[in-house]
Amino acid sequence: MNASLDEVARRPGEWLRGSGPLHDIVISTRVRLARNIRGFPFQPRADADQRADIAATIEAAVRKAARLNEFQHLDVEELEELDRALLVERHLISRQHAEGRGARRVAFHPSEASGLMINEEDHLRMQVMRSGFQLEQAWEEIDAIDDAIEEQLEYEFHPQYGYLTACPTNVGTGIRVSVMLHLPALRLTSELEKVGQAAKDMKLAIRGLYGEGSEAQGDFFQISNQITLGRGESEIIDDFRGVVIPKIVEYEHAARDALLKNRLHALDDRIWRAMAQLQNARLMSSNEAMQYLSHVRMGLHVGRLSSVDLQTVNELFIQTQPAHLQKLQGERLNGEQRSIARAALIRARLSNN
Amino acid sequence: MGLCERCKKAQATFHLTNIKPSGEKEERHFCERCAVEAGLLQIQKPSVNLNDIIESFVGGAKESGSALSNLVCEECGISYVEFRNHGLFGCPRDYDVFKEPLAKLLERAHDGATHHTGKTPKSLGTARTTQQDIHRLKRQLAEAVAAEDYERAAELRDRIRELEE
Repeated sequence: MNASLDEVARRPGEWLRGSGPLHDIVISTRVRLARNIRGFPFQPRADADQRADIAATIEAAVRKAARLNEFQHLDVEELEELDRALLVERHLISRQHAEGRGARRVAFHPSEASGLMINEEDHLRMQVMRSGFQLEQAWEEIDAIDDAIEEQLEYEFHPQYGYLTACPTNVGTGIRVSVMLHLPALRLTSELEKVGQAAKDMKLAIRGLYGEGSEAQGDFFQISNQITLGRGESEIIDDFRGVVIPKIVEYEHAARDALLKNRLHALDDRIWRAMAQLQNARLMSSNEAMQYLSHVRMGLHVGRLSSVDLQTVNELFIQTQPAHLQKLQGERLNGEQRSIARAALIRARLSNN
Repeated sequence: MGLCERCKKAQATFHLTNIKPSGEKEERHFCERCAVEAGLLQIQKPSVNLNDIIESFVGGAKESGSALSNLVCEECGISYVEFRNHGLFGCPRDYDVFKEPLAKLLERAHDGATHHTGKTPKSLGTARTTQQDIHRLKRQLAEAVAAEDYERAAELRDRIRELEE
């Protein structure tokens, strides 16, 4: 196992701090840009030599960019399966990148607030993550990273279509804005379709915690743009900032207030049962942990619980994922062993508070 | 387990039993893809899905002849059919080689958009940025007119004139 990644599994990661605007509902903000470099075919048509060339060219450019000199570089092809899974759980690489073939790399800032994938679906995909709702800051940062890399190499850019991508659904700006939301009260009051409607009105997509194809787990949802052509980056950002996210946050707040006002005992029961399960269970699945942690997190924010701190809860969401548990234990675990380790980790962390 | 009776390639997973008025049974077997294409099976998918878009517009292309399916990019060797199956292009030139069918796809995927607006590589200078600004303003003008916001429309019209000079 990769030793530098043992360290990653232990530390919290900048975007999990549980700070930033609207952090009671907005877990994190992420902005991703897709780019391809000139002189090479796209990924599906690149042979092994070309893939190696693309990886070397981009890695060299990133290493030359002064702004990115702290980035840690890893060769994904050489990483063990468990290390790749860990990077997926950290949102540093996609599942597709973890499971792909041939030369591919990842590089990220030690804070994990910014990073990039080389040879995923496009030659280069970079991202910036921020705790809470910090869309403008995230955009400014990724814009600067993009400029810094562009100084070192030439991107494929079309006069009509803008930045060209392997898949035409990403062409144009190549931007994907994703905002991760925690909406436990809207689920409890069965009002999630409101969120769906708000997103649909602005042509945004809703997904689960781990992006494309993932189920929404433990009341977490990711909202992201679909349109990348014909709308500028700032227009796309404005859709989130000015319209969709404030509206959804307002719905969730209203649902929380309604629960506090009309169904306080039922709400308290959820929160405290969740806490009891987390503090006492001896076997716990990943989905169970997500659900109970979600209710405890809500309990903290509605002021019905104060015996744990938010950062601990946020960290547990990530550290109870399968690859994290195994990295923290330093060994491979089967499903039952993971349930035991997960329950033990949660008990230990929640009794220290 | 038999093969799909339509494409004769994929495993048949969709089985249909037709009972004729005479009481005679007729069994038919399709793969999922052919069942969808033949309109026998509806797939529920959330929001915009590339395959849906490609499927629907390739369906349209089929009616107008099969010239498209023979289109191949000389640069990377990808055929239109391969693109259609995987949703991914092989090289940047494909955007021009498949320009015609691509236009419909892009319009559906990007809400009617045909041109990029937004960031441009610094190396390209400002000329292109101006063109993009004009494009963006024209779209906003159309929106303002549609919303009967004539004050804003007049403002936008003036800015477009300025940039065009």
